[in-house]
Amino acid sequence: MSDADSRTTGTARVKRGLAEMLRGGVIMDVVDAEQARIAEDAGAVAVMALERVPSDIRRDGGVARMSDPAMIEGIQGAVTIPVMAKCRIGHFAEAQVLESLGVDYIDESEVLTPADEAYHVDKWAFTIPFVCGATNLGEALRRIGEGAALLRSKGEAGTGNIVEAVRHLRSILGDVKKLTVADEAELFGWAKELQAPLPLVQEVAERGELPVPLFCAGGIATPADAALVMQLGAQSVFVGSGIFKSDDPAPRAKAIVEATTHYRDPAIVAKVSRNLGDAMRGEEIGTLDVKLAERGW
Amino acid sequence: MAKVGVLALQGAFREHREVLEALDVSVAEVRVPEHLSAVDALVIPGGESTTMTRLLDTSGLRAPLSERLRDGMPTFGTCAGLILLAAEVRDGRSDQVPLGALPVTVRRNGYGRQRDSFETGITVVGLAGAPFPGVFIRAPVVEFVAAGVEVLAAHDGRPVLVRHGRVWGATFHPELSGDLRIHQQFVQSINTAEGES
Repeated sequence: MSDADSRTTGTARVKRGLAEMLRGGVIMDVVDAEQARIAEDAGAVAVMALERVPSDIRRDGGVARMSDPAMIEGIQGAVTIPVMAKCRIGHFAEAQVLESLGVDYIDESEVLTPADEAYHVDKWAFTIPFVCGATNLGEALRRIGEGAALLRSKGEAGTGNIVEAVRHLRSILGDVKKLTVADEAELFGWAKELQAPLPLVQEVAERGELPVPLFCAGGIATPADAALVMQLGAQSVFVGSGIFKSDDPAPRAKAIVEATTHYRDPAIVAKVSRNLGDAMRGEEIGTLDVKLAERGW
Repeated sequence: MAKVGVLALQGAFREHREVLEALDVSVAEVRVPEHLSAVDALVIPGGESTTMTRLLDTSGLRAPLSERLRDGMPTFGTCAGLILLAAEVRDGRSDQVPLGALPVTVRRNGYGRQRDSFETGITVVGLAGAPFPGVFIRAPVVEFVAAGVEVLAAHDGRPVLVRHGRVWGATFHPELSGDLRIHQQFVQSINTAEGES
């Protein structure tokens, strides 16, 4: 038997392990190879390959689906960093296609139009890891129960408005804190209230944190936005429309990368924030026709 | 007692800190040059090597870190950390200049993409007991080691744990394995180095 035969792939440890490697980094939405190169040049830890950034999906309407495999392969060929791609909620056949392409992470994403109103993808069935969105702790634990190796607070994608991301992060991490002071009997009540598996509730209560990393997505448009959510307890940030819908994407991308590393150092965040041009215009949450964060359950 | 820094620009720095703290080592995160001058040894974690390389330059850490490495600071790089320490990087970005403290040549993502990431048991020179649980995530492959580099463990005929003087490098992630033995060996080597100087 050669050493190669002794390898075990697709374990929870290697799936969650890649998420650990992305900590303190920025994952950028890109729609073509040129944007992917700009993202890698700027220091992105990974790129998310998709056909339209969320603000365009919001504007265009219609059904949003997995991207064309040729477009994903073009991006895989353009950069050396990990490439993620999105499938629709519950669309396990899209997920299978993405796995066969060898993407490094699948985002089962509410930004695309859901395919199943009852079930998310059984993520344990895949060798490659999944990231899923969550607005509260119950949703987060249900996704982990289904096999997600990484979570992101949903925020409200495509708005350039950080308020929903802050709400979701505070909700998830606030309830984690509350679990740590609950007694054993109360944890049964929490599991019922959160509609989450009891063993996961007990694990969070004991460790004082989620069993997988928690990143932040949905509304980050400036270096200070990144510093805000990192200080609130996010471990990395996803930036979608915020970079390539701004006036001058490359310097803004670099600045958000630096602010994510030095999030506790306001002088550095100030330095990198200078003269970036206009951020994406952004949307007031109250004026939205569709709230993407309400997709999934 | 030595203070060990963990380079915290990006990546799995928290896991290294937790392992070192479990070994009763005093640990500090290193993000800017002032942090570096306060530590006696350094761990460079896994993460994305292109990102970490860029942040090494923007943070102003490259020059002082190179100087400390020349002065013989005990240093341990895992995965991307090994790529940063290497003399030559293959399949990297053209602007990805490594620190050159460890005379080895590494190929990034040498086993393939994330679907090829794996776990396997590794036999490490000088470690008694069970094989070490090796966690390889989009891991690099060491394709060449210069004379004088000790190979402490290999997988499939390629070195996966190497040491050159006071600089150690692993292509896998001991910080994710739940096994403290390799960190323990590194920490012992720091204390030995301190005794000499």
